[in-house]
Amino acid sequence: MLTLYTRRRITNFATLSLSMAAMAFGLFWLLWIMYTLISSGASAISIDLFTKTTPAPGSEGGLANAILGSLQMTIGGTLLGTPIGILAGIYLAEFGSKGWVAPTTRFINDILLSAPSIVIGLFVYGAMVAQMGHFSGWAGIVALAILVIPVVLRTTENMLKLIPTAMREAAYALGCPQWKMTLFITLRAAKSGVITGILLAVARISGETAPLLFTALNNQFYSNLNQPMANLPMVIFQFAMSPFEDWHALAWAGSLLIGLFVLGLNVLARILTRQQGSH
Amino acid sequence: MTTELKPKIAVKNLNFYYGNFHALKNINLDILEGHVTAFIGPSGCGKSTLLRTFNRMYDLYPKLRAEGEILLNGQNTLSSNIDLNMLRAKVGMVFQKPTPFPMSIYDNIAFGVKLYESLSKSDMDDRVEWALKKAALWNEVKDKLRQSGLGLSGGQQQRLCIARAVSVKPEVLLLDEPTSALDPISTAHVEELVHELKQDYTIAIVTHNMQQAARVSDYTAYMYLGELVEVGETDAIFTTPKQKATEDYITGKFG
Repeated sequence: MLTLYTRRRITNFATLSLSMAAMAFGLFWLLWIMYTLISSGASAISIDLFTKTTPAPGSEGGLANAILGSLQMTIGGTLLGTPIGILAGIYLAEFGSKGWVAPTTRFINDILLSAPSIVIGLFVYGAMVAQMGHFSGWAGIVALAILVIPVVLRTTENMLKLIPTAMREAAYALGCPQWKMTLFITLRAAKSGVITGILLAVARISGETAPLLFTALNNQFYSNLNQPMANLPMVIFQFAMSPFEDWHALAWAGSLLIGLFVLGLNVLARILTRQQGSH
Repeated sequence: MTTELKPKIAVKNLNFYYGNFHALKNINLDILEGHVTAFIGPSGCGKSTLLRTFNRMYDLYPKLRAEGEILLNGQNTLSSNIDLNMLRAKVGMVFQKPTPFPMSIYDNIAFGVKLYESLSKSDMDDRVEWALKKAALWNEVKDKLRQSGLGLSGGQQQRLCIARAVSVKPEVLLLDEPTSALDPISTAHVEELVHELKQDYTIAIVTHNMQQAARVSDYTAYMYLGELVEVGETDAIFTTPKQKATEDYITGKFG
């Protein structure tokens, strides 16, 4: 007959082992992915990668136009989507306690959050590309912004809701109007959480292919936002599917760049979340 | 006994409801100017609820309502045409848990002041110093005004909150169990402070600690199940209570 204490120790050991195994399982794939990316992509990383445009098969080139296009559209999509997401998140957390608008918005946002990105790409194709008559960087920005909004909205709302009621009451007790309380106190208290949400949204859109397939498409050269625009995910797709060795190398290099970028953003988001916890 | 003293707040036939729950039953009470009134009673008796009607904190939440009158300087603060922000400028509040804002010590004070006054830099410096001295915190923080208020100890944070409440120059200070999250030394600091502050402010304090009520207050009100059982001079309440229920609570036979 086992004592209660022994049984508890066994249970503890078993649960701990299972969680460690789960962690190892998750980490295994991540490390494998990183290993594959580095072993296949590192050799193609060179100055040319950042200075030359995507080449024709068999000639010298890099990914400069795709990197620039990805940066432009990621920044554009973030700049367009973030304010909408933050404002809507503030509304849901601070102002939407009464009525049906907030619950409805929250529900629609949840749908948007889990909507397949290709659907959003098709939507922007119908709403913008078909109307304008050509693919463009702007359409890519709009599609990415639509992906940014629900992520930023959700994190902003959650982070604001973590701020204790006592803090709000303290501000009201001073006679502080609601907008000032929101802007200078709760939003400030939730700042690092909100920034984390933005970083995660950037990480998400920087690797998205489907929404760009129907909007920005691709371009072999540098382009402005009114034209079809090169971007890393599309170039990776095109080059990886091709039969050419040198294109394969560039696709690996592009994948490595995106992988490192996303990993970096997530690490940064982690650090920021930790800071939020410590104060 | 109190006829010659001026009531700062006069509560008349106050009833308060959380939805269908009748939380305060027909309260009548005067809070006298320049004195400390303590509210004691077991948990859930309505003392915090009563305190939160004085600055209408309950307005933040749906389904809460108050009936009757609360006169501040003779004006009914429960009427719908009262400017809530102006009411709260006159009636400051300090809460159970310290609630410093996520900004520097200096800005914690300046934030409230800026809501009502536009002061020059040097006037604002003076006001921050004045408020921190009022809250007996100046000497501890004068060299780190630009550091976050969240970095202070619990007792210091609570005094920062008192300084913040004082900085806008209210007429009444409501203290809702201000020392329940503090250690004995910080508690003693805050109690001394209450003594100091009553020179300039009318103070209402809710406390679970009867010794604290006895130490800091001039008048004490005993509440039970939403009713005001007895109110009178603190010495009288603690030595010769008129009601048996008050005596039982104070002597620890009940509650």
